[in-house]
Amino acid sequence: MKKIIKYVMADILRNRIVLVYLLFLLVASFSVFSLEDNSSKGLLSLLNIILLIVPLISIIFSTIYVYNSAEFIELLVSQPLKRKSIWISLFIGLAGSLSIAFFIGVGIPVLLYEANMVGFLMIGVGILLSIIFVAIAMLAAVKTRDKAKGIGMAILLWVYFSILFDGLVLFLLFQFADYPLEKAMVGVSALNPIDLSRILILLQLDVSAMMGYTGAIFKDFFGTTTGMLISLLVLLTWVSLPVWLSVRNFNRKDL
Amino acid sequence: MILANNVSKKFGKLQALQNVSVTCNKGECIALIGPNGSGKTTLIKSILGMVVPDSGFITFNGNNILHHWQYRSEIGYMPQIGRYPDNMRIVDVLNMMKDIRQHKSAIDEELVAAFGLEELKQKRMRTLSGGTRQKVSACLAFLFDPQVLILDEPTAGLDPVSSEILKEKIIREKQKGKLVLVTSHVLSELDDLVTQVIYMQDGELRFHKTIEALREDTGQEKLSKAIAHVMLNASTI
Amino acid sequence: MKYLLFIFSLCVLVTNLQATTRQVGKNKEYATVTAAVKAASTGDTVLVFAGLYREKNLVIAKKIVLKGTGYPVLDGEKKYEVISVKTDGVVVEGFRIIHSGVSSIEDMGGIKIYDSRDVVIRNNILEDTFFGIYVQYGKHCIIENNRITAYAQEEQQSGNGIHCWKSDSLQIIGNTISGQRDGIYFEFVTNSVIWRNNSFRNIRYGLHFMFSHNDAYIFNHFTHNGAGVAVMYSHGVKMYSNVFEENWGDAAYGLLLKEISDSYIDGNTFVKNTSGIYMEGASRIHMQKNQFQNNGWGMKIQASCMDIEVTKNNFISNTFDVGTNGSLVLNTFNSNYWDKYDGYDLNKDKVGDVPYRPVSMYSMIVEKNPPAMLLFRSFITTLLDKTEKVLPSLTPEGLKDSRPQMKRLF
Repeated sequence: MKKIIKYVMADILRNRIVLVYLLFLLVASFSVFSLEDNSSKGLLSLLNIILLIVPLISIIFSTIYVYNSAEFIELLVSQPLKRKSIWISLFIGLAGSLSIAFFIGVGIPVLLYEANMVGFLMIGVGILLSIIFVAIAMLAAVKTRDKAKGIGMAILLWVYFSILFDGLVLFLLFQFADYPLEKAMVGVSALNPIDLSRILILLQLDVSAMMGYTGAIFKDFFGTTTGMLISLLVLLTWVSLPVWLSVRNFNRKDL
Repeated sequence: MILANNVSKKFGKLQALQNVSVTCNKGECIALIGPNGSGKTTLIKSILGMVVPDSGFITFNGNNILHHWQYRSEIGYMPQIGRYPDNMRIVDVLNMMKDIRQHKSAIDEELVAAFGLEELKQKRMRTLSGGTRQKVSACLAFLFDPQVLILDEPTAGLDPVSSEILKEKIIREKQKGKLVLVTSHVLSELDDLVTQVIYMQDGELRFHKTIEALREDTGQEKLSKAIAHVMLNASTI
Repeated sequence: MKYLLFIFSLCVLVTNLQATTRQVGKNKEYATVTAAVKAASTGDTVLVFAGLYREKNLVIAKKIVLKGTGYPVLDGEKKYEVISVKTDGVVVEGFRIIHSGVSSIEDMGGIKIYDSRDVVIRNNILEDTFFGIYVQYGKHCIIENNRITAYAQEEQQSGNGIHCWKSDSLQIIGNTISGQRDGIYFEFVTNSVIWRNNSFRNIRYGLHFMFSHNDAYIFNHFTHNGAGVAVMYSHGVKMYSNVFEENWGDAAYGLLLKEISDSYIDGNTFVKNTSGIYMEGASRIHMQKNQFQNNGWGMKIQASCMDIEVTKNNFISNTFDVGTNGSLVLNTFNSNYWDKYDGYDLNKDKVGDVPYRPVSMYSMIVEKNPPAMLLFRSFITTLLDKTEKVLPSLTPEGLKDSRPQMKRLF
């Protein structure tokens, strides 16, 4: 398994798109830090990049990569290898190389300019988001045979997690405005890894942002160590669940 | 060695395999023949575990292959279209395979030399022509000296010289007592190779005969003619 | 003329000669303060040396100077009001007053002034008192440089640091108050000044102000109070150069204005409050040269306010600059600096050429539906804000600054 990971990673890291992605992140982070006069504002701008670009690139690149590797996967499957280990290796290879790209592109500038709790959390969350969206991409790719359909699905998923979900939440909030929804919102945020990541970072970064009763409830939950651990657990579930489902699917898939 | 029992597979509405039963033994060279879409590749993939049959089972050396993967170390497979990670060089692919298979005994790199891949070793896979890729696929199939060779359209895309080299290689391996399963559209190529013929149509196995028996039945010396005869008189058999 | 002056100075000399200093302490003239006060006559000074005194309730009904040296301790044993001042012109200074009684029936203070004028309470340390300094029907009293500390956890068990009721012309200067219910409490107090006080970590308000007209508070510092500062039902209030900082919580405001009119808010700094200023039913208020920085809302103006003039203020790094709950706007914003302003200045007069609208769409949404805070800084809210900027539909049309400054004002 280690060997497959090694080869997949070596292959991806040499891929031009990953290089461009890395450079883009690097340029974006450095310019954000050098343009903003105070670097915590820089972190805030960077947050938008992490919450939008990282999931987008992760999900689309991974989907395309899986489709493009169909024959390679076929070749591996005909070898004396467990299907599960092939698929997991592919996942680890993709997640690993995108995480590395993220770490170099965003992590290093952040460590240079803002090496504090918020910075570390941001790097951690960014890496987790990369991994989560690789996992989701692989589930989408294993479910749909057709490449065009699969990529479309990946884009749709991204739109859903970045925009539609929040729109839906807003709609529901107004529909049920008469009910005390604050506590429920904590639960709702677990349904979208992007929202969860955003709240986690904001609570560290921008305390004034989270105000009023809702803010207090969020802080009571996410601000504590238990809350942080639970959020981490939820994010890890967002990794493991799609991976587990996709492995199950891949095990039964006809190639 | 390989035994398929009542194997059926449906892809959506298409019945790819229908109650196919075959027995393949050591030292045989079996040609899988049939029109396009007759289920040849599906059968091969089922044997390789890449396609999971809806019903029926396949055994390899007496063991059911379902959910097992170790048996594949005894198989060398050459796919119809071989594609490899774009950024890898030929040497990387070969090394990777050796690395992954962890083969203990001797490595058979005869074909690598015969195809002249040594000079191309540093080339990246994406720069290779289809024929060269086929050569790489062929090399990989023979690399680990497997007991069973499964070759899906091995000569498609190969130039006549290379295809001759490959054929000779197949014959040599057959003589070593290996089981060779081969599909091809170019029947004339199979003449000197095969000892048995499996003929498939619409996912069904129409017959499985030794080449001698086929020649006797059809009265044709050439395999291509014999098969043509079969196809024309499908109902008589 | 010379003769007259001589007579006058002679009189002064005579009264001075009459005024004696009575010393209290170990091995001194008097062992207890009560005895010394009893013996003293008008104009005397009772000088108390360091030591612990349990005097029960010390009532001062003569015009004397009660002075401690080396901070003698007056202990109320959690039962008594420590000092009760019941006549004019009394001076109390230099004591450490601890453990006053706690009562839910009467308001026991560390020092309480009853119906008196010209009383001076100066340089005392009050610890663990129910009410710290209590002024009732006081006039022209000075409360200066006292340090008042309490450790109460709940509102019910705690009184106010400096509590003033139905008084006039008070001067509250340079006191430090923490841990009380309200730091400074004014009810029906007029023409008074609150200057250079430091009020922090009080359970409810740093300063609580009701029905008190024509007062000024200047250069005070209010931090970490449960609900900030509340100014209610008053007119003619002047608030200059105060700092309101770190007042966090659901119902916490840097400054809460309720039913306030004809007042001035100048040169104050509001930093890191849930809302810098929250206004309800306020009218004719002039706000100038204030700094609003890192607040949740810089300013929340409910629709019940009118004629509020907001001029030449800085709004920097607030989550929302201005929030409101209605669409009718009777207030004016002019020449402020808004760090969120992204307009341009073609004629280089340092004034932005397009008006700034400080109320964002998302702040309206959050106002109507607080749980929507969940979506803060999400893509969709950015999208909503941008569309609203192009086509305003929900945000109040009239709420805008037509002369937004391009550069920070100060």
